[in-house]
Amino acid sequence: MNFDPRYSGRNFSSVGTRPIRPDGIDKVTGRARYGADFNMAGQLVGRILRSPHAHAVIKKIDTSKAEKLAGVKAVITAKDLPDLTDGDAAMYDILDNSMARKKALYDGHAVAAVAAIDARIARQALKLIEVDYEVLPHVTDVDEAAHHHAPLINDQIFTEGLEEKPAKPSNVTKRTQFGHGDVHKGFAQADFIVERSFKTEQTHQGYIEPHACVASVNPDGTADLWVCTQGHFVYRQHCAQLLGLEASKLRVTSSEIGGGFGGKTHVWAEPVALALSRKAGRPVKLVMTRDEVFRASGPTSATSIDVKIGAKKDGTITAAEATLRYSCGPYPGSWAEIGAMTAFACYKLENVKTVGYEVLVNRPKTAAYRAPSAPMAAFAVESAVDELAHELGMNAVDFRIKNAAQEGTRASYGPVYGPIGIGPTLEAAKNHPHMKAPLKMNQGRGMACGFWFNFGGQTCTDLNIGMDGSVSLAVGTVDVGGSRASLSLVAAEELGIDYSQVKAIVADTSSLGYNDMTDGSRGTFSSSMATISAARNAIKVLRDRAAQMWDIPVDDVTWEKGHAIAKGEKYGNLSPLSLKDIAAKSGTTGGPIAGHSELVADGAGVSFATHICDIEVDPETGATRVIRYTVVQDAGKAVHPTYVEGQYQGGAAQGIGWALNEEYIYGKDGRLQNPGFLDYRIPVCSDLPMIDTQILEIPNPNHPYGVRGVGETSIVPPLAAIANAVSNAVGVRMTHIPMSPPRILAALDAEREG
Amino acid sequence: MRYIRPLSIEDAVGELAKAVGPAAILAGGSDLLVRMKGGFIEPELIVDIKAISGLADITETADGFRIGAAVPCAVLGENKAVRKAWPGVVEAANLIGSKQVQGRCTITGNLCNASPAADSVPALVAAAAKAVVAGPSGKRTIAVESVPTGPGRTSLAKGEIIEAILLDKRPEHAGDAYLRFIPRTEMDIAVVSAGVNLTLDDKGAIKTARVALGAAAPTVLLVEEAGQVLVGSKLDEGTLERLAKICSGACRPIDDKRGTIEFRRKVAGVLAQRAAAIAYKRAGGK
Repeated sequence: MNFDPRYSGRNFSSVGTRPIRPDGIDKVTGRARYGADFNMAGQLVGRILRSPHAHAVIKKIDTSKAEKLAGVKAVITAKDLPDLTDGDAAMYDILDNSMARKKALYDGHAVAAVAAIDARIARQALKLIEVDYEVLPHVTDVDEAAHHHAPLINDQIFTEGLEEKPAKPSNVTKRTQFGHGDVHKGFAQADFIVERSFKTEQTHQGYIEPHACVASVNPDGTADLWVCTQGHFVYRQHCAQLLGLEASKLRVTSSEIGGGFGGKTHVWAEPVALALSRKAGRPVKLVMTRDEVFRASGPTSATSIDVKIGAKKDGTITAAEATLRYSCGPYPGSWAEIGAMTAFACYKLENVKTVGYEVLVNRPKTAAYRAPSAPMAAFAVESAVDELAHELGMNAVDFRIKNAAQEGTRASYGPVYGPIGIGPTLEAAKNHPHMKAPLKMNQGRGMACGFWFNFGGQTCTDLNIGMDGSVSLAVGTVDVGGSRASLSLVAAEELGIDYSQVKAIVADTSSLGYNDMTDGSRGTFSSSMATISAARNAIKVLRDRAAQMWDIPVDDVTWEKGHAIAKGEKYGNLSPLSLKDIAAKSGTTGGPIAGHSELVADGAGVSFATHICDIEVDPETGATRVIRYTVVQDAGKAVHPTYVEGQYQGGAAQGIGWALNEEYIYGKDGRLQNPGFLDYRIPVCSDLPMIDTQILEIPNPNHPYGVRGVGETSIVPPLAAIANAVSNAVGVRMTHIPMSPPRILAALDAEREG
Repeated sequence: MRYIRPLSIEDAVGELAKAVGPAAILAGGSDLLVRMKGGFIEPELIVDIKAISGLADITETADGFRIGAAVPCAVLGENKAVRKAWPGVVEAANLIGSKQVQGRCTITGNLCNASPAADSVPALVAAAAKAVVAGPSGKRTIAVESVPTGPGRTSLAKGEIIEAILLDKRPEHAGDAYLRFIPRTEMDIAVVSAGVNLTLDDKGAIKTARVALGAAAPTVLLVEEAGQVLVGSKLDEGTLERLAKICSGACRPIDDKRGTIEFRRKVAGVLAQRAAAIAYKRAGGK
C-alpha cells in the first residue's frame, strides 16, 4: 500500500460543513431497523434463565420438565456450548460468562436458556427448569474483595505482576505500574502536599436499545446473525470460535444501534441464541429485557483510588502518585491498568508513579464504557489538583496551565507527545465567558481536564461509482456516532463532488475484509483514512478511463474538483470530464469503477478536553442542579461539526449522570437492587442545561485531514469538574461518586457537626 | 386471562366477587400493565372500570367534589374548580410518572396501588379526602388513610371497588400544598414527601392543619401532632422548627436504593416546612 497518511494542510470544501444526517428520516419515522426489528419466518423466542445468587456452585440442572412443555423447541445449558477455546483464557471467560459452567458468579449470570414458539411459553419453560445451587459467600465491594479475608471468586488466580509469585490465590488478579523519576525525591521537594482517597460506584452505559439478535444456524455449518453491535466482525470471530463454526460461514449483519458506548463491544447473549438455533433447527430471536441488561451485560468498574500530589510554592508539581483499584466483575481484566495509564496524562511531571490493581467481585463482567477507566482516575487526580491549587492560593486554571503537558513531554504512561491540545483547551477555558460569569448563593464552579488515547486499527472499505455518477461507500466499522455522514463528507471531499452524491452503508461481514470494532474513538478516524485511500484508488481508475476516452497518456490526466483535466497546452481543446461523464461511459471503457482500501490506521492522535461547570446545591436537602456546563475539546479536524458537538454534549451528559446519581446498588444478599431506569437514575432532559461546546482544531499529523477521535474524551472530565463545583459550592471536599443527595447531605452534616 | 368491561358498578363488583383466580381492576393501568409486563403478576381476570357510568366524571356537589375512579390525573389537572380549591392535591396528582402516564393514571389507582411513595396520597390524606367503596354488601365511605395497610396491601375486601374520591368544599382562607424529594427533576418516585393542608382564621392565624408524609413509613403517615403544632401560629420560625422536628421524629423510614433513614428523616422535616409555607401563602397568610 502506498497511501500517504500525513497531514497535508489542504483547504476543504465538504469537510467541516454540517449537512443533514443520512439516517435522519429513517430514525424519526421509525423505519430504522434496530436489533429487535429483524424477523425470520418460523423464528422462535429465546429466553435465558439467570442465577438469583451472587456466588453459587451449580450442582445440578434438571431441564426435563421444560423440555416436555408443548411449544418448547430447545433447552440448553453449558453442556450445549462445549469448551472449544483451546487454552485461550480470555475466550473461556467469554464462554463462561455467556452460560455459567460450574459456578454462578453474579446475580444475573446465565445458567440455562430455552427457545419456544412464543414468549409466554418460553417464560413458563424457564420456571420449569430446576437448578440445584450450593450458595457460597460472595463479595461485591472492590475494597472488601481485595482484602485477603474475602471470599475467593476463582481459586486458580494468583496475583500477576508482583516481584515474587504469591503462594495463595487472590481476588487481585494483576498489579501494573507506570511512571518515571523518583516520587520520594519529588515529595521531599514539595512545599504543599495533598493526599486523599476516593471512591466511585459502578455505572452502566445506559444505552436505550437493549441487546437483541436473531440467530439462524443451518445443518450445513453456515449461519446468520443479525445483531445490534459495535463490531460485527469481532462478534463473528468470537461466536464462530465459541460455536465451532468457520468464520467465513457465519455472516453477521449489524443493525442500527440505539447506543453502545462500549457495552456492545462484547458478546453476551449472542452465542446463546446461536446455540439455541443450532439445537432447535430454527431461527431464534433473543432480546434482553432492561433488567437483564443491567444485571448481565457489561457495566464499568467500581473504583477505590488513593492520590498524592506535591507542589512547590511557585505552583510547580514536584511529584504525583496514585494507587488505583478497579473492579473487573468475576473475570480478569485490565481496567485499573488503563486508569493507571491515563491518571496523570494531562501533566508534565518529573516524578510520577501509578499502580493499578485489578480486582474480582461478584458483579457482572466489566466492559468498556466510553474512555473506559479514565473518568474515575481523572476524578481522583483532578479533585486533588483542584485542592492543591486552593492550598497554594493559585487559580485552578493557572495551576493546570503551569503544569500542562506539551509537545515533547514524556507522558506518565511512557510515550513522548507530539502536538497536543491540553494547553490550548486550558487557555480557551480560561478565556471563556463562563469562567467570569457571576455565581449566586449556594452555587459553585468547577473545572477539570481529561485525556484519552484514541485508537486506529484494522479497516477495510469499498467505494463504488455507479453509472449515474453516484457513489456508494461500504464500510465495516459500525456507525455509532455519525460516521456515515462524516465518511460521506470525506468521500465527497476527496472526489471533489457533492455530499448528496454519496451514500454510505455499513456492510456485513461477508462483504468486506475484517474491521476492528467501533471503539477507541476510531470510527471516523480510521474509516476516513480508509475512505480517502479508497477514493484515491478510484481516482486512479477515473483518470485512466478519461485517458482512454481522450486517447491520451494517463500521466497527462489530473483530477481536480471532481473532473479529469487534460494537462498541458496541447490538450487545450479538451473540456474537462466530470466524474458523471466518465461513469456514464464506464461500460465501454473497462467496466465498473471502484476504489478499495485495506489498512491499519496508525497514529491516532491523543485527545484532551477541559470542562467547566456551575452547580447549585440545596444545603437543606443535598439536591443539586447543573446551572451551566461548557466543554472545550480538541478534535484535530471536525469533519461534521454538529456531530462533534453532539459527542461533546453526550459525553458531558453521561458524565453528569455518573457524577450525581447513577450507581449500581447491591443488597447484602449480593443482588442488584435497581436494575431499571426508575431507580438507576440517568438524567432526563430537564435535568440538564444546554451544554455549550467549543471545538479546537490542533491537527493530528498522522491523518491527511488532521482528524482525531472525538467520541470518548468528553466523558473523562465531568466527574471531577462536577465534584470540584459541588465541593466549591458547599465548602466540603466530595470524595465519593455519585454525589447523590443523601451523600451530599451526610457530608454537610458531618461538617456542621465538626 | 379474561378481560371484561362492565357498564355498571354492580356488574363490576359481581364479577370481582365471584372471580376464582387472581383478579385486577384496570383504570389507567399505569401500575397494573407495568407489573404484568414485568412478569410480577398474572391476573386471570381484568375488570376495566372505564366504561362504568359516572366513573370518568368530576362532579361538584353541595359538599365539595366527587372525583370518579377512572378520571385521569391530567383531566383532574385541567379542572379549574378543583385546581382552585385543592391546588396541592392537583399538583401531587400531576407529579406522577411522565406527561404520557398522567394522561392515563388516576388518583384512585395511586391510592389502591398502596405504595408508601405514592405522590397523590399524602396530599389526599392532608386534605382529609374520603373514598367511596362499592362492594357486595353495598356502599361505604371511608377516610383515604384507612385504605393502604402496607406496601402493596389495602383494607379493601374481595369484590370491593373504590368508585370515587370525595374532597370537601373549601372555606375562606384555606390552602394546601404537596412537595416531594426526587434526585431528578421529573419521571421519578418520591424518596420522601409531605402534604400540608391549612385553614386560617380572619386574623391569619392557622385554625386547622393536617400534615401527611409519604415514603417515610410502610404507609402514608398522617402526623396529627404536626398539625397541632401549627394551629394558632402564623408559621413563625420557632413553629417551623418544631414542625420539622415532629415530622422527622414521626418517620419510620428504611434504608433502600432510593435513600437512607437519616436522609428521609431530615428531608421530611424540610419538606413539611416548605409545604406549610406554600399552603399558608395560598390560604392568604402573610
